[in-house]
Amino acid sequence: MTYDDWLRADRLPHIYCAGCGNGTVINCTLNAVDRMGWKKEETIFVSGIGCSSRAPGYIMTDSLHTTHGRALAFATGIKMANPDLHVVVFTGDGDLAAIGGNHFIHACRRNIDLTVVCMNNQIYGMTGGQGSPTTPRGALSTTTPYGSQEPAFDLCELASAAGANFVSRWTSYHVKELTRSIHEGLGIPGFSFIETLVQCPTNYGRRNKFRQVMDQVEYFKAHGILVQKAARLREEGKAIPGDAIILGDIVRRDRPAMGVR
Amino acid sequence: MQGNTACAEGALAAGCRFFGGYPITPSTEVAEHMAAKLPKVGGVFIQMEDEIAGIASVIGASWTGARAMTATSGPGFSLMMENIGFAVMTETPCVLVNIQRGGPSTGQPTMSAQGDMFQCRFGSHGDYSIIALSPGSVQEMYELTVKAFNLADCFRVPTFLMADEIIGHMRERIEIPDSVPRVERKPLVKGVLPFHADDDMVPGFPQFGTGHHVHVTGLTHDERGYPCATSPSLHEDLVKRLVAKVESARHEIADYKVTNPDAEVVFITYGSPSRTVDQVLHDRQAERIGHLRFRMVWPFPENALEQFPNAKVFLVPEQNLGLMAREIERHTCVPVVPLPRFGGALHTPAELEKAMEAWR
Repeated sequence: MTYDDWLRADRLPHIYCAGCGNGTVINCTLNAVDRMGWKKEETIFVSGIGCSSRAPGYIMTDSLHTTHGRALAFATGIKMANPDLHVVVFTGDGDLAAIGGNHFIHACRRNIDLTVVCMNNQIYGMTGGQGSPTTPRGALSTTTPYGSQEPAFDLCELASAAGANFVSRWTSYHVKELTRSIHEGLGIPGFSFIETLVQCPTNYGRRNKFRQVMDQVEYFKAHGILVQKAARLREEGKAIPGDAIILGDIVRRDRPAMGVR
Repeated sequence: MQGNTACAEGALAAGCRFFGGYPITPSTEVAEHMAAKLPKVGGVFIQMEDEIAGIASVIGASWTGARAMTATSGPGFSLMMENIGFAVMTETPCVLVNIQRGGPSTGQPTMSAQGDMFQCRFGSHGDYSIIALSPGSVQEMYELTVKAFNLADCFRVPTFLMADEIIGHMRERIEIPDSVPRVERKPLVKGVLPFHADDDMVPGFPQFGTGHHVHVTGLTHDERGYPCATSPSLHEDLVKRLVAKVESARHEIADYKVTNPDAEVVFITYGSPSRTVDQVLHDRQAERIGHLRFRMVWPFPENALEQFPNAKVFLVPEQNLGLMAREIERHTCVPVVPLPRFGGALHTPAELEKAMEAWR
């Protein structure tokens, strides 16, 4: 695959900041989609509002850049009306878990045949760095100037509890693993949710002691624990560090799915 | 047949194959009937988690080429406003049925009202224009629903059936035709930019899945569909076209009924108050009372007022504090008298006759 095949060259340069992790996730997603052998004509990218949601605008397929938080509801309409189309949703932590939280749990419950790639930068990047539902406790943002006082959402646990068929978490460091999991998600009938932690040097890292782009990526690498290892630690009665990031394919099951021809 | 059922039957006859919505009194029978009938004709009914998702799913379905609709009432209509603006900006054909009830807020769920007439026209943020029809009978619930789908596809604009609880829940005998007229969306010609509009100001429709590779965004966009949100002239040109494609057609698509055009006293109505006026005209035939009844309310066809050259007064009974009366006033030098009657009860013929006498 080359960029020329899937990207809109006439839309470059893109709007992402230097060092942003979103491009990595777009690259991994397009690799996974290309590996599926899907045609551009039958693949639709849908998004809401935010940095992550600008991604479909750079991809040479039909795409719908919708209103804040509502991407999954729009995608549900597309998929139900024409199950022959492959529908992939790009979203972010604010778009999906704050304003779009209701649509998220109901799309999981319906187990509708979508693949959702969430670029979780733990901040509202587009609007200048406000706290989001995944901003860690104590983290600084423009709306949590004394450190966030709210506990953060675990998006994968949310998707698991709500009924998604496939749930996975990686980071912008884990390029190969992320691509493999997105590829697997694309092939699974039902709701596939892949969360990716991404660095946001401009609006998160800068305020939270990640002075360099790679500082936050290195943090993801150092704090990531495979889901299998986490299970083993639990079995052995050992503690999982509070700041651990559980990585890997967390749920893989076969609940009845909607939107499948 | 009940008005709401007639609406659903009209939608099915028009080829509607997707309904996404959320139950709300007094519109629920539309959804219930669609839930029963759509699967039998190969269509999709989905009950979404709220009205925001309802209209969102309708817009998504419309981009796959399906004729798609939702139905709601006041509180749900308020929730839909942001995505209605999205449908306007992305020029997505869709039909929204509002069986109006008493507001504001939860108000009177089971009682009739016409309080959303301006919300339907102006409720989403920014400048725009839409098409709204207002049925005055169960027959018109059927006919105007069919018409709404054709207008939505022709102009690529959200089109509203602004009914009220009385018409929605009224039962009347109706005639269902063997077939209904159908106007298809103009397809996008290969090689033409997806948001390039010809003289009719309506771009061809690049249906998803047909290889157009179109990017559809609620951001201000150029003819390629690409976001370009900081150019004053581009935004101005786009918004002016979105408004003009509807407003410039307002006389051509105008739909109203004129009774006794030589009258001096003229009632102007839409929806259920027209039924009381019909009764007054029936009871006092010798007096040649005028009646202008709008079946299409937006875009407002001001030329219709000129159908009554001898008019000395326009009496406007509405189930609100005088919304369309305000619009009518804007277009005429003839005195306009709002006759508000709301809270759920319809005007009685005696009330209207009394108002009429006051102007004799």
